[in-house]
Amino acid sequence: MVEGPLLEVRDVWKAFGGVQAVAGVSLRLPRGEVRALIGPNGAGKTTLLNLLTGQLACDGGVVLFKGDRISGLPPERIWRRGISRTFQITATFASLTVLENVQVAILSHQGRSRDLLSRTGRLAREAALDFLKRVGLQDQAEKMCATLSFGDLKRLELAIALANEPELLVLDEPTAGMAPQERLDLMALAVQIVRDRAVTVLFTEHDMDVVFAAAERIMVMHQGRVIAEGTPQSVREDPQVQAIYLGGLC
Amino acid sequence: MALFIVQLLTGLANAMFLFLVASGLSLIFGVTRIVNFAHGSFYMLAAYLASSLAAALPLGPASFYAAVVLAPLGVALLGGLIEVCLLRRIYRAPELYQVLLTFAVVLVIGDAVKFFWGTENRTGPSPPGLSGSVPILGQLFPTYDLAILLLGPLLALGLWWVLHRTRWGILIRAATSDREMVGALGVNQAWLFTGVFVLGTWLAGLAGALQMPRVALTTVMDSTVIVETFVVVVIGGMGSAFGALLGAVLIGVLQAFGILWLPREFQLAIIFILMAAVLILRPWGLLGRPETESGTAGEALRREVGGRLRPPRWVWAGILLALMVLPSLLPTFYVWVLVEILAFALFAGSLQLLVGTGGMLSFGHAAYFGLGAYGAALLMKQAALPMPVAFLLAPLVAAAAALFFGAFCVRLSGVYFAMLTLAFAQIAFAVVHQWYDFTGGDNGILGVWPAASLAAPVRYYYLALLAAVCGLSALWRVTGSPFGYTLRAARDHPRRCQAVGVNVRSHRLLAFGVAGFFAGLGGAVFAFAKGSVFPDYLSMPMSVQSLVMVLLGGIHALAGAPVGAAVYKLLDIVITKYTGYWQAVLGGILVFLVVAFPHGLVGFVQARWARMRASLG
Ligand SMILES: Nc1ncnc2c1ncn2[C@@H]1O[C@H](COP(=O)(O)OP(=O)(O)OP(=O)(O)O)[C@@H](O)[C@H]1O
Ligand SMILES: [Mg+2]
Repeated sequence: MVEGPLLEVRDVWKAFGGVQAVAGVSLRLPRGEVRALIGPNGAGKTTLLNLLTGQLACDGGVVLFKGDRISGLPPERIWRRGISRTFQITATFASLTVLENVQVAILSHQGRSRDLLSRTGRLAREAALDFLKRVGLQDQAEKMCATLSFGDLKRLELAIALANEPELLVLDEPTAGMAPQERLDLMALAVQIVRDRAVTVLFTEHDMDVVFAAAERIMVMHQGRVIAEGTPQSVREDPQVQAIYLGGLC
Repeated sequence: MALFIVQLLTGLANAMFLFLVASGLSLIFGVTRIVNFAHGSFYMLAAYLASSLAAALPLGPASFYAAVVLAPLGVALLGGLIEVCLLRRIYRAPELYQVLLTFAVVLVIGDAVKFFWGTENRTGPSPPGLSGSVPILGQLFPTYDLAILLLGPLLALGLWWVLHRTRWGILIRAATSDREMVGALGVNQAWLFTGVFVLGTWLAGLAGALQMPRVALTTVMDSTVIVETFVVVVIGGMGSAFGALLGAVLIGVLQAFGILWLPREFQLAIIFILMAAVLILRPWGLLGRPETESGTAGEALRREVGGRLRPPRWVWAGILLALMVLPSLLPTFYVWVLVEILAFALFAGSLQLLVGTGGMLSFGHAAYFGLGAYGAALLMKQAALPMPVAFLLAPLVAAAAALFFGAFCVRLSGVYFAMLTLAFAQIAFAVVHQWYDFTGGDNGILGVWPAASLAAPVRYYYLALLAAVCGLSALWRVTGSPFGYTLRAARDHPRRCQAVGVNVRSHRLLAFGVAGFFAGLGGAVFAFAKGSVFPDYLSMPMSVQSLVMVLLGGIHALAGAPVGAAVYKLLDIVITKYTGYWQAVLGGILVFLVVAFPHGLVGFVQARWARMRASLG
C-alpha cells in the first residue's frame, strides 16, 4: 500500500469581512518533506497556517492529517495529533523561565497539565534541558524568558514547538527580524533537527536565501491562491512568480 | 389597561435616568477602556449638591432649575480634575489597578458626602411648576416624570448630534472603534480622554441632579446606580451610547413591570439574569461590537516583579509559632480579630490564584465566600447536620457554585469576564437577600455557633488556624504545580498555550473551582466566628475588599494574600478608632498603592530583597 500524504488540504477558504485571505487552496505534503510557503505581504500565508493548526476556522474545505479530518478541531486537539507550530509574532510565556516554558509544553504533552499536587521544579526537567540543548539554549535555561534576545526567543519557540515530538512542524517566519547570518544558522539548525527525526516541515519565510537553503519544494501564494508549486529551480523560473516578485527572486 | 400604561410610563421615566448615567459610562469606557466604578458617585454627588444649591441660591423658584444646571457642571469639573490627576497615570496599567483606583474615588466621595450632608436620608425640594400630577386614563401621573419623558429624548438627540455632527464627536467614535488610529491622526489623545471623561461625568451629574426631587437622597445611591448602570451598559454594548438607550429602556420597563408581576425572590435578580444571558449569548452587547484581538485588554496582568524569592523556612516556622502562642497572650477581642484575618487570608489567597496566577479578574469573588458561609449555616440549620460536618461540606457548596458560574465565565475574557462574575455574584446576592423562607432574607441567619467542644475562642481559633494553614499551603502547592504553571502560561499567552495542547477554558474552570472551594472554606470559618450570616457577605463591596487585600499584599507575591488580609484588617481597626471616615482613608491608601506601590507590600519587599542580593553578588 502506498502511503498517502501526511497533510492534505482540499480547497480551503477564509475571508475577513470583505478580504478573501485564502481563496481555495489545496495542497499535499508528503511525509518527510521540508516545504517553504512564500508570497508577498498579505498573500494569505499566515491565514493558511492558522487554518491548518486550528487558530482559525475554515469557511469551506477540509484539512486532512494522516487521512483524518482535522479542520474544525480546536488548536489543542490538533497539537495532540502531532502538529506543532511557531508564530510570526514570537509567542512565549513571558513570566516563566526559559526552562519552564519548555516544561509546560512537555507536561501538557504528557497529559499532566491538570496535576494539582506535584511540584513542577524537577518534573520533565531533563527532557526540557534536552530540547534546550538541541536549539543551543542550555546555558540560558534559568533566565527569565522576558530577558532573552530576539534570536534566542525564536530558538525558544522552536524548542517549545518540538516538545510534543511533532510529525508536522509549521513555522511562520521562523527567522523574521534576525540578522542575515543568524537567520541562515537558525534555519540550518531547524532543518538538521527535523532531519534527524524525519519531521515534515511547512514554513513561511521572506528571506529567499533561507528559503533556497532549506526548502526541498516551494509553494507560492498570491492574493489567497497558490500560483506555483515545485522545486526551487522550477519556481525560480516560473514567469508568474517572477512577475509578482518583479524579478526580485535572487 | 390604565395601570399598564402608567406603569410603562414610569418605567420609561426611570429609563431616562439610567440612560443618562449609562451613556456617560459607556462613552468613557469606549474611549479610555476604563470601567469607571466612580461613575455612580458623581451621580450621587450631583444629587446632593443640587439639593443644597436649590435651597441656598437666592433666585426664588428659579433656584431649583439653576441648581439642576450648576450641580452637573461642578461635578463634571471634579471629574476632569480626577482624570487629569489620577486616571492619566493608569491608562496602560492592568485592569485591576484601574478598577481599584476608580473604586478608591468611590470610597472618598462616599465619605465626603457623609461628611458634608450626614448619613440621614434627605428629600430634595419639589420642582416649582412641575410638582403636581396629571390624570392619564383616570390614573394620576407625576407632572415631573412627564417632563422627564420629554426631556430624555431631547437629550438623546443632543448626544446623537454631538457624536455624529461635531468633529469632536466623530473623534470620540473613531477612538472607540480603533484606538491606535486616533493616535495616528495626531490628535491630542490626552485631551480627548479628558474631554470624554468630563462629558461622561456631566451626564451622570445631570441624571443625579434631575433625580433629586424624585427619590430620597441616600448614601448608598452610588452603589445602587452603578450596579444598574453596569447592567444597562453590558446589555446595550460597552462603548455604544445608543446601546445604553436600548439597555436603559429594557431595564427600566422590566423593573417597572417586575414589581407588579414577579414574585419577590426574582425582582432583584431578574436584571442580572438578563445581563448574564446577554453576556453568555452576545458578550459584546446588543448594539456593541466584538473586540478585535488587539483590543482585548484581558491579558494585561502579565508583569511579574522581583525575584521569585521564597522566604526561608525559619521565617515560616517563626510565623507559625507566633500564631500558635499568640492567642494565649492576647485578649479575647484580638483572638477574634485573628480568626477574621485567617478567614480573609483564605478568601484573598483563593482570589489570588484567579487574579494573579490565572490573570482572571473577578469582580464577584464574594459570592463564593458568602456561599461558603451560607452553606455552613444552612447545612447546620436547615439540614440539621452537626457543626463540624457543615463546616467541612460548606467549601463544596461554594466550589459547586463556582464551577457552575465559572463554566459561563471562562468563555469570556477581560472586562467581559469581570462583568459576568459580577453579574453572577449579584444574582446570588439577590437570591439570598430575597428568599426569606430559606435564607432569612436580609435578616440573615442567626445562631450559627460552633459545636460546644469548639466554642471557646481559643479552640475555635486553632480550628481557624488549621483551616487557613492547610488551605493556604494547598493553594501555594497548586500554584507551583504543573497545573499552576499551565495556568500562568495561559495567562501570559493564551494562544501559545492552546498551541501546546492546553484546553485553556477547562484549565481556567478548574482554577475557578479550586478558588471557589477555598473562598468557601474562608466563608465557613467566618460564619462560625461571627455566629451569623448576612447577604452582605456576598455583596460587591466584599468582593472589592478581597481585591484590595490581594493588591495590598501584591498580586504576584505568594505570601501576599495573608499579609494583605492582616494589614487590611489591622488598618481597619486602628483607623476606625480615630476617625469615622475609614472608607476615605482606605481610598487614600488605595490611590497611594496603585500609583506609587503597584506591586504590593510583599512584592515591594521581594524586589528590594532581589536587588540587595544582586548587589551583594
Ligand atoms: N484577523 C484578521 N482580520 C482581518 N483581516 C485579516 C486578519 N488576518 C489577516 N487579514 C488580512 O488577510 C490578508 C492575508 O493576511 P496574512 O496575514 O495571511 O498574510 P501573510 O501572507 O501572512 O502576510 P505577511 O507576509 O505580511 O505575514 C491580508 O490582507 C490581511 O490584511
Ligand atoms: Mg504572515
